[in-house]
Amino acid sequence: MKKSVFLGVVAATTMVAGAAAAQATLESVKARGELICGSNTGLTGFGAPDASGNWAGFDVDLCRAVAAAIFGDATKVKFVPTTGETRFTALQSGEVDLLVRNSTWTVSRDSELALDFVAVNYYDGQGFMVKKDLGVSSAKELDGATVCIQTGTTTELNLADFFKQNNISYQPVTVADDSEAQRQYLAGACDAYTTDASGLAASRATMPDAENHIILPEIISKEPLGPVVRHGDNNWGDIVRWTYYALLIAEEKGITKANVAEVATSTADEEVKRLLGVSGDMGAKIGLPNDGFKNAIAAVGNYGEIFAANIGEGTSINLARGLNALWTQGGLQYAPPFR
Amino acid sequence: MAVASDVPKESFRLSMLIYDTRYRSITIQIFVLILFGLFLAWLLNNTAQNLATRGKEFNFGFLWQRAGYDIGQAIVPYTNDSNHFRALLVGLVNTLVVAILGCIFATILGVIIGVLRLSKNWLVGRLMTVYVEMFRNVPLLLWILLSYVILSETTPQPRDFRLTDEMAAAGEVPAASMMFWDSVAVTNRGTNIPSPLFDVSLGSVNVLGLTLNLTILAYIAVIAGSVWINQRILASARARQEATGDRPVTWWKSILVLFGPVVALSLALGLHLEIPELRGFNFQGGILVAHSFTALLIALTLYTAAFIAEIVRAGILAISRGQSEAAFALGLRPGRTMNLIILPQALRVIIPPLISQYLNLTKNTSLGIAVSYLDLRGTLGGITLNQTGRELECMLLMMLIYLTISLIISSLMNLYNRSVQIKVR
Repeated sequence: MKKSVFLGVVAATTMVAGAAAAQATLESVKARGELICGSNTGLTGFGAPDASGNWAGFDVDLCRAVAAAIFGDATKVKFVPTTGETRFTALQSGEVDLLVRNSTWTVSRDSELALDFVAVNYYDGQGFMVKKDLGVSSAKELDGATVCIQTGTTTELNLADFFKQNNISYQPVTVADDSEAQRQYLAGACDAYTTDASGLAASRATMPDAENHIILPEIISKEPLGPVVRHGDNNWGDIVRWTYYALLIAEEKGITKANVAEVATSTADEEVKRLLGVSGDMGAKIGLPNDGFKNAIAAVGNYGEIFAANIGEGTSINLARGLNALWTQGGLQYAPPFR
Repeated sequence: MAVASDVPKESFRLSMLIYDTRYRSITIQIFVLILFGLFLAWLLNNTAQNLATRGKEFNFGFLWQRAGYDIGQAIVPYTNDSNHFRALLVGLVNTLVVAILGCIFATILGVIIGVLRLSKNWLVGRLMTVYVEMFRNVPLLLWILLSYVILSETTPQPRDFRLTDEMAAAGEVPAASMMFWDSVAVTNRGTNIPSPLFDVSLGSVNVLGLTLNLTILAYIAVIAGSVWINQRILASARARQEATGDRPVTWWKSILVLFGPVVALSLALGLHLEIPELRGFNFQGGILVAHSFTALLIALTLYTAAFIAEIVRAGILAISRGQSEAAFALGLRPGRTMNLIILPQALRVIIPPLISQYLNLTKNTSLGIAVSYLDLRGTLGGITLNQTGRELECMLLMMLIYLTISLIISSLMNLYNRSVQIKVR
């Protein structure tokens, strides 16, 4: 009997511990002293380690911003590379606190996988890349082609739908990640490579003969990519969501990495004062230091700066802002009021 | 009698459960059983609790939902409108095909190498030793990757086979050409082989939800019938030989019986080959054997054959030297001694460890994931698991299926083992 009581206690403690972990990601991050962020295994411009092993990219900067908002130090973050197959399991099991890895927001991931997409940091769509000398100018001409596709992604399903709708056939070659897809595509084992258009641009940028590859005009799906957290810890979701919105508001208000300190002392705009923690206690209410958002902006810059530095025009990836321009400039990036 | 009844009847006390050797072992066993049961209950409870915290329920209903993804190599008819269960079947059949072919090839190769390793020819023996040690001591995964890379990097792209009008005008030939009288094309995607087509179709019947192709059934029936008649011919020849001492000539009868009916059936059904031909991006028509399949099969065969070779060698060495000496004394040549005296006896030693090699090979097919071969691990445990997020259900189902396959293989092999063991009469 004593044994069973003991086991019952063990089971109960495990259960309580599990429930506590779901509720207090922020506390465990603070106790650990660093944020663990699920990242891509390597997608240049979005999340990849550079030659000296430092992670850099558009998604990586969002992780750094969250770390800066919590600790005031953007280096207190550890990146865990995840593939399309492992990413959600890594998040669900608590191996990572936050997943920022070109993941598409869908209803089934929200409900069945019990995840929360807290924002959309990149509005994307699925495209196709082919070699120029293939003589193809539209995805609808790909009848009978062999197509490389990353497994465990929404693009896998979109691809099947697209070919079915257009009554054409294809031969899928299933690959685990971007680097494997590139190898197969460059070796000619597949005629076309399909993934998010941004991912294609990033892949092409790393190819030795980038000018010989074209991205076909068709965008066959909506791919809203964003940071993901576990379902159930709403406070943690708020922290990630508002850190991201803080970066957007910063761009809207013209606050940059360079001028954030000066703006904080000189501004007369009440919303900016609240955002930078000069007045009010918005940061503290959400569980961050009151100047948390200021630290985030100071660490990585505003949304526009992050975009321009990692994937914007002039970088090797050379993506236009397009849908990702601020709402004031005809795009979709819109932050709710900071009030 | 009186003495026996005088012994005071010992009453049962609780402490005897521990101090009395008659009861102690039972007490301990029951105690351990209870602990084990509690441990299991705790595991189950923990799983249920964790599923509840994540807001997930344990449910296999997803198997009947539309899969929505495509599978490159499907022997079972499959489209993206099929459900996840169908995808599971496709994966299962792919697993079984590679496992069965692998077991057959590995056994043939393994027996040859095992026998050759014992050869008195120094060079042959050493070469086989090198083979065995090389394949046995390098991880299987590396052999799979190596054969895949060799297959896909050294072969031409489909477009290299194309003969454009300009090339024809300039008198050039394409960079690559098809093999075997233009019927087989090896590209960097796979091997395109001709497929058999029939002018007359016998249709198919539906038995218990399974669609059976009558053409294939007809072939199986005809071949089985031919083999049976051939055995009757040989049996009557043997009877004649034992009765009269001279054996009638049977080879032409055997050839006629074995091949005649099959050829006749093929002619009647109008069998012809559909040759693959380059259209658009790829070869169309015929059957595409993807390199992922070929690479997996080659690597599994070569790797497992090395182990089987060692088992065969051990089996042969286990047979007493006196057996071959006796055979030589009777005037049998070394080849016949091996086939008629040594191997049949060695089988008794060989079969039991061979079973575990077959089981290993079957389970190792799941490494096909490394070259994107969509077997059970690739469909049920890969794409379905990912798209539905049902990790626990998919993993349990997959374990159950592999367990079932393994149990079937080992029980079949155990039956065979019983038939080759010494009969004690």
